[in-house]
Amino acid sequence: MSDLSDLYQEVILDHGRNPRNFRVMADATATAEGLNPLCGDRYGVFLRMDGDRIADVSFQGSGCAISKASASLMSQALKGKSAAEAEDLFQRFHKMVVEGDASQADGLGKLAVLKGVADFPTRVKCASLAWHALHAALRGESQPATTE
Amino acid sequence: MSFDVEAVRRQFPVLAQRPHGKRLAFLDSGATAQKPQVVIDAVTRFYDRDNSNVHRGVYDLAERATAAFEGARKRIARWIGADPREVIFTRGTTEGVNLVAQSWGRANVGPGDEILLTGMEHHSNIVPWQLLAAEKGAKLVVVPVDDQGAVHLADFERLIGPRTRIVAVTHVSNALGTVNPVKEIVRLAHARGVPVLVDGAQAVPHLRVDVRDLDADFYVFSGHKMFGPTGIGVLYGKAKLLEAMPPWQGGGDMILSVSFSGTKFNTIPHKFEAGTPDAAGAVGLGAAVDWLEGLDRAGAEAHERDLLAYATNRLQEIPGLRIIGTAPGKAAVISFVMEGVHPHDVGTILDHEGVAVRAGHHCAQPLMERFGVPATVRASMALYNTREDVDQLVQGLRRVREMFP
Ligand SMILES: Cc1ncc(COP(=O)(O)O)c(C=O)c1O
Repeated sequence: MSDLSDLYQEVILDHGRNPRNFRVMADATATAEGLNPLCGDRYGVFLRMDGDRIADVSFQGSGCAISKASASLMSQALKGKSAAEAEDLFQRFHKMVVEGDASQADGLGKLAVLKGVADFPTRVKCASLAWHALHAALRGESQPATTE
Repeated sequence: MSFDVEAVRRQFPVLAQRPHGKRLAFLDSGATAQKPQVVIDAVTRFYDRDNSNVHRGVYDLAERATAAFEGARKRIARWIGADPREVIFTRGTTEGVNLVAQSWGRANVGPGDEILLTGMEHHSNIVPWQLLAAEKGAKLVVVPVDDQGAVHLADFERLIGPRTRIVAVTHVSNALGTVNPVKEIVRLAHARGVPVLVDGAQAVPHLRVDVRDLDADFYVFSGHKMFGPTGIGVLYGKAKLLEAMPPWQGGGDMILSVSFSGTKFNTIPHKFEAGTPDAAGAVGLGAAVDWLEGLDRAGAEAHERDLLAYATNRLQEIPGLRIIGTAPGKAAVISFVMEGVHPHDVGTILDHEGVAVRAGHHCAQPLMERFGVPATVRASMALYNTREDVDQLVQGLRRVREMFP
């Protein structure tokens, strides 16, 4: 049986209560919204790109401890990363939380605390919500670069 | 005859299980109710013994299937005080509202017309009207909900105007539990020549409903919320209105004769039942009605009132808990929020205590907005719940407070 304390770890409770980078970014170069229509959780993710690097990242919105902590930890992990590195992080996180591949935790640093979410199928979407917004924001950002 | 909740509980196989090793406190009957064994058996028996397509064959089996299906219609009609011709089988409340919006609405609503709703409607009693309004250039007018979660007749009086074509109002709010004065609302609307659709999805599991007494023009509900199967529901409509309405979906069973130059439609209720119906579902719903009729309903209502009062009281013990929806007339539904904890997290922690509640916007986002909350936790009780379920809920909420102090 999945244990509640695997889900609500101290780090998650802390980030849920005091989310980092929790603000609207006025000079964002890319933003996207993540919405879970089932529960109404909603976050905006803001990126300020400096060339290919994520110079700054923030988020704003409302949702549960899991979605908020995941967004908060994500924002910390992304600062200074290149778009490709961010994409790699997204893929790893997805594998760990959605597919339950615990081995991904090693490459995820602090984000590894969200590993336990995989055992709570009803909460997987909470943990991935901000990440989907990030993914959309990154894609939006790269659009002008694609040659058509 | 008296109401014996333990005897009732024994008829519900689902309630005996132990999620996460804990006794199950099922407090989400507002989403869907559990089914008594007699309903499960009726569906099984239909497939075991009577199955064949209704209204089609000449053989004995087909006759039995048709008799079971039409028999269910008669029993449901009698139960709500209607004529069987006025009982149309649908997939549920949602389909019932859509049917009225598309058939009656398209024929009777035009540019500049108004559709009057309340601020506490379920999305299924908002969106079908929005679709109609967008198509016709009509608009939705909304009766406000007060801080307790009630609507006021004076507002209906004020807002039913010369352009109002229909009033669509929920009998019982799924998110707050408020019981609306639908009989008075109908009287007000009729005085101005405006018909009323009542969303009875949350009313039929709790209250005895008589559509003639309410004088509602349309009354819609779902089988699955009143201890019947999923996939079946009822649209009651006054015969005069239904007869004048154009068909909604076309197909088999809803016709008298078809030729490429034109089609003669069947009489009601068949005009609105195109295609093979969910006959087993209808039979199951008939069984649910029989089962409800066999209970001491007054006793059950008193039992639910006691549960509501008990739960409302006990929830006050939890620090930082606020009940949303405190109207004087309520069904056994309690929505609440807890300071510093999102409803989702409450729901997950309660689940681990064996307590099943709903956490979310309850398909009533405009209402959530009205109360300034993104979501609530909802404990919705049915006649099979007990004080023990409430105690387990309170125990679980204490655990939530430990984790989110
Ligand atoms: C008040 C109300 N109306 C309508 C509905 C929709 O019912 P269904 O999904 O069975 O069509 C519900 C169910 O959630 C409800 O509670």
